[in-house]
Amino acid sequence: MAKGLARRTIVVAKVVVWTACLTPFVVLCIDAFTNQLAAEPVKDIQHRTGLTALIILLVTLAVTPLRRVTGWNELVKFRRLLGLFSFFYVLCHAVTYFVFDQSLSPALIAEDVVKHPWVTVGFTAFMLMIPLAVTSTQGWIRRLGSRWTKLHRLIYAIAILAILHFLWLVKKDVRDPYFYGTVALVLLAARLWPRAQRRVHATKPLPS
Amino acid sequence: MHLLSKPLLPTRDITDEKTFVDRRAFLTSIGVGLAAGASVLSPRLAAAAPAFRRWQGEEDKLTPYADVTGYNNFYEFGTGKSDPAQNAGSLHPHPWKIEIAGDVKKPGIVDLDEFLRPFQPVERVYRHRCVEGWSMVIPWSGIPLRDIIARIEPGTKAKFVEFTTLHDPKQMPGQNRSVLPWPYVEALRMDEAMNLLTLFVTGVYGKPLPNQNGAPVRLCAPWKYGFKGGKSIVRIRFVEAQPHTTWNIAAPEEYGFYANVNPTVDHPRWTQAREHRAGEFFKRKTLMFNGYAEQVASMYTGLDLRANF
Repeated sequence: MAKGLARRTIVVAKVVVWTACLTPFVVLCIDAFTNQLAAEPVKDIQHRTGLTALIILLVTLAVTPLRRVTGWNELVKFRRLLGLFSFFYVLCHAVTYFVFDQSLSPALIAEDVVKHPWVTVGFTAFMLMIPLAVTSTQGWIRRLGSRWTKLHRLIYAIAILAILHFLWLVKKDVRDPYFYGTVALVLLAARLWPRAQRRVHATKPLPS
Repeated sequence: MHLLSKPLLPTRDITDEKTFVDRRAFLTSIGVGLAAGASVLSPRLAAAAPAFRRWQGEEDKLTPYADVTGYNNFYEFGTGKSDPAQNAGSLHPHPWKIEIAGDVKKPGIVDLDEFLRPFQPVERVYRHRCVEGWSMVIPWSGIPLRDIIARIEPGTKAKFVEFTTLHDPKQMPGQNRSVLPWPYVEALRMDEAMNLLTLFVTGVYGKPLPNQNGAPVRLCAPWKYGFKGGKSIVRIRFVEAQPHTTWNIAAPEEYGFYANVNPTVDHPRWTQAREHRAGEFFKRKTLMFNGYAEQVASMYTGLDLRANF
């Protein structure tokens, strides 16, 4: 039996998560309205929202391994919240691109997506995130049953696409995408490891 | 002064006076007396002030000083856009020596201040287009490169001019990482170097070049992508064979030797048809040769610009 977290701890944690996730957006808004964005305002917005989305996505991916290690099952309550915050930043990222970079022109967007691999993977990741955000409600979880779990495994593909999007965008200095890529790989590998363990244990008599 | 006597971009005359007034007002507002600021490097820069010309179209407003000097690609001080402004304090641009090398009448090392003394600085407001897809409008000051080359007197074997940036990780901390093969090398074909537009830049906004913009001297060929303008130059070499240039070595399929601004030849990873002007949210169309076709297109007649990007 896993040790539970106190109710108060969970409330405090929720406040911390909301504050942490909203801060980058609030700072961005303040900078935008006080003319503090970089010389390329659109790039600045895109880089900030893109990086924030990626970091929150990685934190989301850390929930399950952390839960297994600590036994704090309540952590799962934060997974949807984090996932939706990541999607919120991806949405800001994508809308900025559609409006300012491509002037909402379907032809320009299509050309960019088809021609440039880093845009292709970024666009795909965005598209794949939409059904996950839509089906994040209790109603959809109930309706989809076991298929919900399968559908939401798309998050692993999305993480990899997001890393590729970052890596292929960078001109020469690949330190940042390598760093976040390593974190992503560790988090994905952490999922394989306990499963392998469980399989090994399954062949032996379980300790009572 | 002969360069200044004939306007090369007729449209700018319309906005000439207004822009000039705006500019003076701006300089005053940031607390920089034109003469006071310029005189740090050379008193003649200040003297040249009344003759400033606007090399810009009607829609081109000057990019604010804070953006010109705070948003830079200068990997010698870090790869982030604000890194150069933050880290370039370790560069000591005075005194500065430059080596004149290759096929020239008198090779050797010269003191920059002494070398520039006989020249009359001019101001040129140029569009600056980065290969990454952003652009600025910058009031440079400096000496037309052709005047400098005339003084150096290169020989008949000089087909290219190569510019080498300082290589000193103590002054340029970004060189401690091999993001690029150091030192940074750029080059122009001889006719490009002799073009009326090509400027040996010593200042910006009527002030000496800040370290993060390539102090004490950098190159500017405004019809080419920004990376062609080598900064903090320590060697000028006249050679017969086309030099190997840094970005071309680093990623030959993405950055060519010519690097002429060309909206019809895309970068492999993004379009070059449009650009973000600093401070603007919507993109504007990129102009052929960055809007300087009239001055430079004839140099490339018969050259396949798609193959020689």
